[in-house]
Amino acid sequence: MGAVQIQAQDIHVGNIVWLRENDEVPCDLVLIGTSDTQGLCYVETAALDGETDLKTRVIPSACMGMDFELLHKIKGVIECPNPDKDIRRFDANLRLFPPFIDNDLCPLTIKNTLLQSCYLRNTEWACGVAVYTGNETKLGMSRGIPEPKLTAMDAMIDKLTGAIFVFQIVVVMVLGIAGNVWKDTEARKQWYVLYPIEGPWYELLVIPLRFELLCSIMIPISIKVSLDLVKSLYAKFIDWDSEMIDQDTGIPSHATNTAISEDLGQVEYILTDKTGTLTENRMIFRRCCISGIFYGNESGDALKDVKLLNAVAGSSPDVVRFLTVMAICNTVIPIKSKTGAILYKAQSQDEDALVNAAARLHMVYVNKNANILEIRFNGSVIQYEVLETLEFTSDRKRMSVVVKDCQNGKIVLLSKGADEAILPYAYAGQQTRALVEAVEQYAQLGLRTLCLAWRELKEDEYQEWSLMFKEASSTLVDREWRIAEVCQRLEHDFEVLGVTAIEDRLQDGVPETIETLRKAGINFWMLTGDKQNTAIQIALSCNFISPEPKGQLLLIDGKTEGEVCRSLERVLLTMRITSSEPKDVAFVVDGWALEIALKHYRKAFTELAILSRTAICCRVTPSQKAQLVELLKSCDYRTLAIGDGGNDVRMIQQADIGVGISGREGLQAARAADYSIGKFRFLKRLILVHGRYSYNRTAFLSQYSFYKSLVICFIQIFFSFISGVSGTSLFNSVSLMAYNVFYTSVPVLVSVLDKDLSEGTVMQHPQILVYCQAGRLLNPSTFAGWFGRSLFHAIVVFVITIHAYAFEKSEMEELSMVALSGCIWLQAFVVALETNSFTILQHLAIWGNLVAFYVINWVFSAIPSSGMYTIMFRLCRQPSYWITMFLIVAAGMGPVLALKYFRYTYRPSKINALQQAERMGGPILSLGNIEPQPRLMEKEVSPLSITQPKNRNPVYEPLLSDSPNSTRRSFGSGAPFDFFQSQSRLSSSYSRNCKDN
Amino acid sequence: MTDTDRVRHRDTKTAFYLFTQQKLPACKPVLTPAWVITIFLFTGFIFIPLGLVTLRASRSVIEIVERYDTECVPEPFRIDKVSYIQDDSIPKNCSLFLKVHKYMKAPIYIYYQLDNYYQNHRRYVKSRSDQQLLNGQKYQATSSCQPVEFNNARPIVPCGLIAWSLFNDTFTFIRERAELKVNRKNIAWKSDRDHKFGKNVYPSNFQNGTLIGGGKLNPRIPLSDQEDLIVWMRTSALPSFRKLYGRIEEDLDADDVVLVQLMNNYNTYSFGGKKKLVLSTSSWLGGKNDFFGLACVFVGSSSLILAIVFMLLHLKFQR
Repeated sequence: MGAVQIQAQDIHVGNIVWLRENDEVPCDLVLIGTSDTQGLCYVETAALDGETDLKTRVIPSACMGMDFELLHKIKGVIECPNPDKDIRRFDANLRLFPPFIDNDLCPLTIKNTLLQSCYLRNTEWACGVAVYTGNETKLGMSRGIPEPKLTAMDAMIDKLTGAIFVFQIVVVMVLGIAGNVWKDTEARKQWYVLYPIEGPWYELLVIPLRFELLCSIMIPISIKVSLDLVKSLYAKFIDWDSEMIDQDTGIPSHATNTAISEDLGQVEYILTDKTGTLTENRMIFRRCCISGIFYGNESGDALKDVKLLNAVAGSSPDVVRFLTVMAICNTVIPIKSKTGAILYKAQSQDEDALVNAAARLHMVYVNKNANILEIRFNGSVIQYEVLETLEFTSDRKRMSVVVKDCQNGKIVLLSKGADEAILPYAYAGQQTRALVEAVEQYAQLGLRTLCLAWRELKEDEYQEWSLMFKEASSTLVDREWRIAEVCQRLEHDFEVLGVTAIEDRLQDGVPETIETLRKAGINFWMLTGDKQNTAIQIALSCNFISPEPKGQLLLIDGKTEGEVCRSLERVLLTMRITSSEPKDVAFVVDGWALEIALKHYRKAFTELAILSRTAICCRVTPSQKAQLVELLKSCDYRTLAIGDGGNDVRMIQQADIGVGISGREGLQAARAADYSIGKFRFLKRLILVHGRYSYNRTAFLSQYSFYKSLVICFIQIFFSFISGVSGTSLFNSVSLMAYNVFYTSVPVLVSVLDKDLSEGTVMQHPQILVYCQAGRLLNPSTFAGWFGRSLFHAIVVFVITIHAYAFEKSEMEELSMVALSGCIWLQAFVVALETNSFTILQHLAIWGNLVAFYVINWVFSAIPSSGMYTIMFRLCRQPSYWITMFLIVAAGMGPVLALKYFRYTYRPSKINALQQAERMGGPILSLGNIEPQPRLMEKEVSPLSITQPKNRNPVYEPLLSDSPNSTRRSFGSGAPFDFFQSQSRLSSSYSRNCKDN
Repeated sequence: MTDTDRVRHRDTKTAFYLFTQQKLPACKPVLTPAWVITIFLFTGFIFIPLGLVTLRASRSVIEIVERYDTECVPEPFRIDKVSYIQDDSIPKNCSLFLKVHKYMKAPIYIYYQLDNYYQNHRRYVKSRSDQQLLNGQKYQATSSCQPVEFNNARPIVPCGLIAWSLFNDTFTFIRERAELKVNRKNIAWKSDRDHKFGKNVYPSNFQNGTLIGGGKLNPRIPLSDQEDLIVWMRTSALPSFRKLYGRIEEDLDADDVVLVQLMNNYNTYSFGGKKKLVLSTSSWLGGKNDFFGLACVFVGSSSLILAIVFMLLHLKFQR
């Protein structure tokens, strides 16, 4: 090809970039040529939006038919908007210079672009003009900068470290001053110390600095190393867990971020995506209603309904038209595989389901060749020419194609869309009651419904409209809205053919998982780009909210600031005045109201967020998802965001913990996430087992690390009082180092295997997670306990040692080794006492470490040049040494054991109660209500009627990043886009209820 | 599928698999009343007899402690003891009578005890050179010995504050006009004599300067045989300590009176330190030290009390 390979950073705007098959697109390009004669090329956009299917991109009409040589010489101007992050919109124009005579403005859309980070597939080569490069690409603009995450626990440990640091400074200052005073009063008299009479002033600093050195071990450096080690082991346990392997795909769970496992145990809010996270995102065509006849109601599967099969076999005209719409009213690309089977590449799972279902019903979409579609029905091949495609937008909520039947030349408009976007536009006189009923019935079953419609167009009507459409397509300003307006002129007087119902099944175990986690005191928010009723429906079916008598939904809506404000205040008021009633109250908010609430009523909304355990936010954009996470985080809640698609990435990055489901929408979310799991239900295990254990283990490990450092440090401090406050170290430097690095860190590292309760017990009693959430195992007061213990143990070791080894035995090396052995013995017993379950590894580490201590010291004692030559042998021969050890252990551990036993038996925590029940096999005593702060409950307002007829239609709707702006514009048009109407009706019924009360 | 099943089946048996699944067999001890009470009872029943045995051992040790720092200063000098001790012209000899209360079986250890003497002071502890003690003047890097490192630009052997402040009171023991035989050999650790202090290292330039500290050393005796120095250089961790002076290898009978003739050379007066002479027998536990026995009895009885308290609590709140 003669092209030169260059670095992506060297590409400038305006360069022509050539790509080969499977190349990654280096910047945003406007496509101007491909190897395909039709000017098509295929891209995989998974990295951009998470959708795994191939998308077609087409070269602009102006460049059509240019050959390879010509492309090198092409010259022209592209007018494009400023860089933005909307990956679904690109409103630009292209004008080519002579000799490329096409002087007209040629409109460019997103379909003419190759965006950065997409991959070129199934196309030999393509070339394009760079329009946005570097950080100005669509991807670059939408990329949030993920902040490094710090667990609540790490923050607490840092705080405690700070406190210890202050304590250390105080100790150093006090001892430093005492040392200087003692030096000036006593040490001067001690001729054998030979202090110089007059020293320079900085001599004053020597003693404090010596104490600083002595006390520097007070903050255990080893804690960082130990924590990193155990954290990576926590992560490994997640990776290894065979119960979290997705059986369908064999993909294990994975912890990308190894540093935040403890946070999993402290989660307070879970923000979840819906499609693909709670549901399988595997659409299956289940039922349909054609011309008032219901198919699939008996068997639950229309494809097996004999009535329908007979109708298809008999070529009933209604059914045939219905199937035709199913088969071709879409943007699906059929690809023939080598075996002859036809694979469909669809942008949305719904379309995929419809086309596949049509194929099963003998209406096979065979081929697409440029604008010519080929379908085969009962053996005969029918060809259609696609004249226009009126694409789906979330405002129009329908998509249409205009096709020409190649046999008889008739032009037909085929549409499919949400019921409220189709049914009102049925031709006057069509009876739509049966269809409305069908929609309602299907919606109650939690199925996603679509209405299919059809209208024959007259030749001149189409021609006239076609011009307007072309003109609208090339506007630069408000193009989307203009097109919508033009489309509206064609999409009316439908003959509604019927309703399809597609099932998006919940994933296995979703309701149980949500119920368990809610019992564990975790609040759930559902953030979805989907519409309100679908969201509510799914929420109901997965225990997210309770059905009516128990649960209650409060709606926040409104199109203007005032309305939103009023609605928000009403909801807040009802939430506030209701207190202890055991009712599940949830609020529902849509993206538009949310935008206003977040912008103008942030305080009120924040209060609402704190009051409400459950929320459903529908039609929210990715950035709003992230904003909600931010809001909860700003209230000091630990948030976990879980999602599966590219639209969840920002929320996942924003949350304290991001969990990605490696699902059908690609791996983008999973890659951005801290944890990736195969199924939603693994979340339960991730939090209750891995998160909880990690929290407990780190809580012990970190406090123990401080404890053991403090013990040795306190002994040093006490020793300084009997060594003339001169800063002598009782222990030699080798022992000190080995104490921190080896003797005390090995036993505690195996605490990563400790389990206070078995997994089964935790799963049955998820309430005990509250201990982790509230941080009851690591906080200043538990830390004070460990601090006290270290002080006590230091006193025990010190006092017993100096009295047992007094007078003729008071040799320095011996005494220091006695004190050190005393500490080591106590450590072993402390770890043993705090261990809940002993595996062979724990025994090995705890007792093996004690043996290793002696072996190591014997080795040192055998080296003549070492300072402690023969010391350990001498000590081990003395009965008094062993009696001293027994005394230290008994005096040090006795009170600790007694206190622990007393608490365990007579002031048991819920964990203790469960431990007793689990191990003694006894009945589990009532756990009582350990939910610490009962959330405010709803009382009076009668439930938002979730059976509103117009509102019950989960609808075909890919997740869109529609902004409220576009919504507003469609409103402003005055065109009958009245999908808000139903909601305002809801709010009025709501306010009526309010007044009734 | 069957293959993976088999693999999985085999895997479940390996310890590593169990480790990865955190399912290693574990024993989960419970703090049941029975266990805890048993532990405390057991501790009590171990420690009380142990305490009594050690107490008996300690009591079996006969000890004579005589403080002599004040008495050995003649009356006229007691107002200013420091000038007395620092004045070389005044003779420092002094006599003490020790009365033996109980039969003391040989060997009887002779200790000198210093109180309020900080051998563990940081400045003091560090001021020595183990390498020089072993290798003599060959070893030059003796900066740790400061401020007693050089004298007249020649290295001091042994250098450092510890050696410089060597204790130099001497004692002779006389019973009924006959001198008691005091064995002054083997009072230092054998390991020190063999491996820490050089056989070919002789004191040189020691206590030669303007600053005279404690005792002097015979420059013709190698350091490995200077046992008083070796004992002194094993610094004590506590401000009150006893160091071995020698052994009396004759039994002393009850009511024997031992005359101690001592040279009161060592200055503890400037910092108010006490000097004591100790004669002591020994037991399997060492010297006289009641702490072991008392502490064991205390711990043992506390354990018993706790056991009883917990037993009562258990009976009262039995569920």
